[in-house]
Amino acid sequence: MTINTLSQDGVQRQQMPCLTKMERMIISMQDPDMGIKLRNQRLLITVIPHAMTGLDIVEWLIKKCSISDEEALHVGQLFVKYGYIYPLKEPRNLILKADDSSYRFQTPYYWMSTRWPASELDYAIYLAKKNIRKQGELIEYEKECYNALHKRINHTWDFVVMQAREQLRASKQRRKGDRIVLECQEQAYWLVNRPPVSPEHYKLTTLTKNTIAMLTPWCSLKYIGVSNLNGSYVKYCEQYQPHDPIMQGCLPSNPWITDDIMFWNMNSETYMFIVALPTKLRVERWSFSFMELLNDQMGRKEFLTYLEKEFSAENLCFWQACEDVRHGETAKIPEKVDEVYKQFLAPGASRWVNIDSKTMEKTLEGLKRPHRFVLDDAQMHIYFLMKKDSYPRYLKSELYKNLLARAIVPQETKKSVFPFMRRQRHSSPSPALATQTAEDDGKAKYSNSNSGTASRL
Amino acid sequence: MGEMEQLRKEAESLKDEITAARKAVQDLTLQDHVAGTAVVGRVQLKTRKTLRGHLSKIYAVHWGDSKLCVSASQDGKLIVWDSYTTNKVHAIPLKSSWVMTCAYAPSGNMVACGGLDNMCSIYNLKGKDGNVKVMRELAAHTGYLSCCRFLNDNEIITSSGDCTCVLWDIETGSQKTVFAGHLGDCMSLGVAPDFNTFISGACDFTAKLWDIRDGQCRQTFGGHESDINAIGFFPNGNAVITGSDDASCKLYDLRSDQELITYQDSGIMCGVTSLAPSFSGRLILAGYDDFNCNIWDSLKAERVGVLSGHDNRVSCIGVTPDGMACCTGSWDSFLKIWN
Repeated sequence: MTINTLSQDGVQRQQMPCLTKMERMIISMQDPDMGIKLRNQRLLITVIPHAMTGLDIVEWLIKKCSISDEEALHVGQLFVKYGYIYPLKEPRNLILKADDSSYRFQTPYYWMSTRWPASELDYAIYLAKKNIRKQGELIEYEKECYNALHKRINHTWDFVVMQAREQLRASKQRRKGDRIVLECQEQAYWLVNRPPVSPEHYKLTTLTKNTIAMLTPWCSLKYIGVSNLNGSYVKYCEQYQPHDPIMQGCLPSNPWITDDIMFWNMNSETYMFIVALPTKLRVERWSFSFMELLNDQMGRKEFLTYLEKEFSAENLCFWQACEDVRHGETAKIPEKVDEVYKQFLAPGASRWVNIDSKTMEKTLEGLKRPHRFVLDDAQMHIYFLMKKDSYPRYLKSELYKNLLARAIVPQETKKSVFPFMRRQRHSSPSPALATQTAEDDGKAKYSNSNSGTASRL
Repeated sequence: MGEMEQLRKEAESLKDEITAARKAVQDLTLQDHVAGTAVVGRVQLKTRKTLRGHLSKIYAVHWGDSKLCVSASQDGKLIVWDSYTTNKVHAIPLKSSWVMTCAYAPSGNMVACGGLDNMCSIYNLKGKDGNVKVMRELAAHTGYLSCCRFLNDNEIITSSGDCTCVLWDIETGSQKTVFAGHLGDCMSLGVAPDFNTFISGACDFTAKLWDIRDGQCRQTFGGHESDINAIGFFPNGNAVITGSDDASCKLYDLRSDQELITYQDSGIMCGVTSLAPSFSGRLILAGYDDFNCNIWDSLKAERVGVLSGHDNRVSCIGVTPDGMACCTGSWDSFLKIWN
């Protein structure tokens, strides 16, 4: 039988380093010339091929590694415990006896490195097979497992039973000797990976604990149907496409192409201050999501104006104050939090915000030891309040609709054709050259930024 | 028996739950959905500017706003460019020339860089006397600094070759949270648009989503067959795009916890070094080892364009926050602005 250390698909799996070392030893043990001498062993009435005695194993280890009796025995024990060698006579007793009790090498298919972690489904199939083969053959522990599994993976139980039946049927077609060997191998594998009595699997415990730690947060995820999500990607891309200058260009023009910085000017804050009219695209974007509105300074101001009319402006102010705490200097957090409490949370505060009692209690508790995220829960509550209530109403309000109607759609500016605008398009070989030229070009461009006008200036 | 058994059962049942949940939501593929979407057509971007000034390989570039960007090169310089005029606003000499990453703070007040010196150095651009000086040196990593990103002027997240990512408090220079869990060097990271989570890609072929507040790994995405070199969030914040040495990019959806699309082509056999989505997310620009940058239609998984013009490997790429243009940095010491 070929022993291949690469697992399926040729992909190297993340292995415990000790396993690699163990496997190297096992392989050399099975070397036809230098390894342990294997012979046929009689087990009850059948002959098992390629078996060896415990004594053989210990002696080989002593000779190969020049170690003492005790150490060889210990190393041999490890091989048995990790399932690389299994005993034939008393399969449930996973220890190595340095006498003539027979042992066999476990097939690489069942090696810990290739098969760990053992899946529940496989174990269920194994137990189901045992159960079908001979009712009542399951020991107490296995019976417990079987029942637990039956409960837990009930939705795939039909599959389990079907697989078990298939595997039993396939095995019946093998020769008796092979069948027994395979059964022994499987049994040994499951004994190692589901050991009922041995308390010594420290390494396995840590690995398992890590796995659980990694997996537990996942199970609180709410899985959303992939088709719903796919729709959302398409929708998102389509919605944002007019705002994606690489996909669809922009008005009045892309400054990188025409050297006209009108676009940046029109959307800058100083411009807003003078003329106070944003572009239509910008105002439209505020309707895509609440975050878009809040992320845009002008949008936030407009929203605040609206909320003031509704007498719920303190919500937005509170949200902004919380953002300031979250992203601001660490040293100022306690005083900022205190300010927030005085203004928004204290009973009878001038701008008291409406938070449910549970969140309020939790926040007040946390205020005793203020940190960056202490106001998160309250902020989230207010955020969702605004998002579900004020935001949709704002989008339907006269204030927003008026602004949208008055918003500018800039006229497109054509690419300028001044001769001295030609730039070099090829890359020059030496980085030290041409820095001067680049700077000269830059100066020339700035002198010509009036090639386009907006329609409403 | 006892504890080990309990743990085993728990771990395995969790895994099976996850596999079953993932399978259960695979009702329709993205391919079926986008069949009706309009085709993007050929996207041709031209080089609008070439930023010359570095004397050696450029390893990283990061946009600060629509015009300013910072680039790091192994000639030991960090250059802040006004890319529109191609002027160098600042040229910062570094103590260690083995720099691998750089970042621009969203406020525009600071830049950071780091590399084989295992440290993240923060530079204040708006110092009182106009000089750019080192503000902080964040040292605690035991491996090289592969990527860093600012959350705000007080916090920065770094990823390192020691397999961890760290959230630092810049003022005190101390580590606030250590995100450990990767089994290989963390190569890159990306912060979510809402600043509550971030993702990291590592040499253990997985990408992990971390919660910044409590330091937990929320999700892990596998599927790549080699080191993940580049990672980024899809603009809607609900998906993660990764680029790997196995010559493919993948899109993972966070809410259904699985891989949705792979962007690969039999003609491409070299690794992805960097990637950036366009503003709407429809296009993904990815830089490769074969000196080119490929543009992918993110929904249909087709290649719709190429940016060729560099004479050496494209090591970094970034799209401006307003989506106007993209910048590629290469080992040929030039930065090119395209749109």
